[in-house]
Amino acid sequence: MENFEQLLAAHSFFKGIDAKYISRLAEQATPVSFKAGEYIFHQSEKARQFYLLNEGKVAVEVPTLVHGSITIQTTGQNEILGWSWLFPPYTWHFDARAMEATNALVFDGEWLRGQCEEDHELGYAFMKRISETVVNRLQATRLQLLDVYGIHF
Amino acid sequence: MLPHLFRVHQVHRETVDTFTLQLDPVDERGAVSFVPGQFNMLYLPGAGEVPISVSGDPAQAKHLTHTIRSVGAVTKVMDKLKRGDLLAVRGPFGTHWPVEEAEGNDIVIIAGGLGLAPLRPAFYQVLSDREKYNKVVLLYGARTPQDLLYRHELERWRGLLDVQVEVTVDSPVGGWHGDVGVITTLIPRGHFDPARTVALVCGPEIMMRYTVMELEKREVSQNKIFVSIERNMKCATGFCGHCQLGPIFICKDGPIFRFDLVKDWLGKRDI
Ligand SMILES: Cc1cc2nc3c(=O)[nH]c(=O)nc-3n(C[C@H](O)[C@H](O)[C@H](O)COP(=O)(O)OP(=O)(O)OC[C@H]3O[C@@H](n4cnc5c(N)ncnc54)[C@H](O)[C@@H]3O)c2cc1C
Repeated sequence: MENFEQLLAAHSFFKGIDAKYISRLAEQATPVSFKAGEYIFHQSEKARQFYLLNEGKVAVEVPTLVHGSITIQTTGQNEILGWSWLFPPYTWHFDARAMEATNALVFDGEWLRGQCEEDHELGYAFMKRISETVVNRLQATRLQLLDVYGIHF
Repeated sequence: MLPHLFRVHQVHRETVDTFTLQLDPVDERGAVSFVPGQFNMLYLPGAGEVPISVSGDPAQAKHLTHTIRSVGAVTKVMDKLKRGDLLAVRGPFGTHWPVEEAEGNDIVIIAGGLGLAPLRPAFYQVLSDREKYNKVVLLYGARTPQDLLYRHELERWRGLLDVQVEVTVDSPVGGWHGDVGVITTLIPRGHFDPARTVALVCGPEIMMRYTVMELEKREVSQNKIFVSIERNMKCATGFCGHCQLGPIFICKDGPIFRFDLVKDWLGKRDI
């Protein structure tokens, strides 16, 4: 448990969060490992997990009929994976596949949602971090759409 | 500065639209020495003259190396150059990357697209003086895997144990198993200590602006961030005003600037 607390406290996602939440969250954390190539979740499945990645690399993919799976983003150490458990309809929008051996701590999304509802201070701290991640990804996606390496720039 | 004749020693195709020329001076007055970040004016009679950064190893005194993207009137003609062809070179011009000034610090080199060409000499120099730096990080982003410059060298550099090299592409067409996402997504993953980091950034202006924002999020201070501004120029000596940006002339005062000194002008058109 102490080990999980250390992992949580050291993870960028929880930087600055109150220590009391770290111990509460550590009690519910489960370590998981994925082999290179293994799928972590699939599009359209029920989204139940929140992953805190500690090691490795994960591809977020869109399965297509003609071109197979297309990677739209990669994520890894010190980053998070999955926020669809937070919002209805609680289904994954993409596939996630470990690109290399990956270790993470996983939390039950329903439990987390419940905690955030019950304790709005935790909920606010959590939502602030999730929105920062979402905003970062949105900005990155906008930049990606601009195609800055085309000759127009 | 008078032009000197150079002969094409080798043409190496990097990508569909980008090639690297190795040039030999025709006589002993043609200089091949330069400081990382500097550029030459390359002139082809009948086509015109363009500023192009030196992309080779500053410790190698034999050839002059330039990596050129074929985008318009002059560079498209240069794309047709073959071994033995002649062109005229004026230079080297311009300010340099603060590679020596960064000694004793972590050095983070961030290149987008063709931006790796002007930064490659800086990276060569850092590698050859590796013991003078703490952490050395190279972050490189390109549009697709097919647009990556110096692919073999990148693979070799990634194999070094005391350097972090991360490469990402915006769009992973054609069997790419590496990172996908814009260059800014690599910055949180860089293993460097922001308090003792000097960052060298080169790429399209938009890419540089967002890169600087991401570096600032990690609390790298603006006066430790250096950018290369490559707006087009004509005379390269501060006379014609073609490359003027506010109070600065890119050809004479640049192309490498400390970010805090040019931040008000970046992203603005035709000032
Ligand atoms: C200091 C400096 C260093 C440079 N280093 C390199 C280098 O190492 N390799 C390289 O390939 N290019 C480099 N450039 C850019 C290069 O000089 C231009 O691409 C070239 O002058 C275009 O000339 P052209 O006649 O082929 O194209 P033009 O016919 O003049 O232009 C064709 C298209 O390219 C655009 N364009 C022209 N110049 C630039 C520019 N500087 N930046 C973005 N778009 C431009 C034009 O707007 C137009 O859309 C550098 C520029 C500067 C100022």
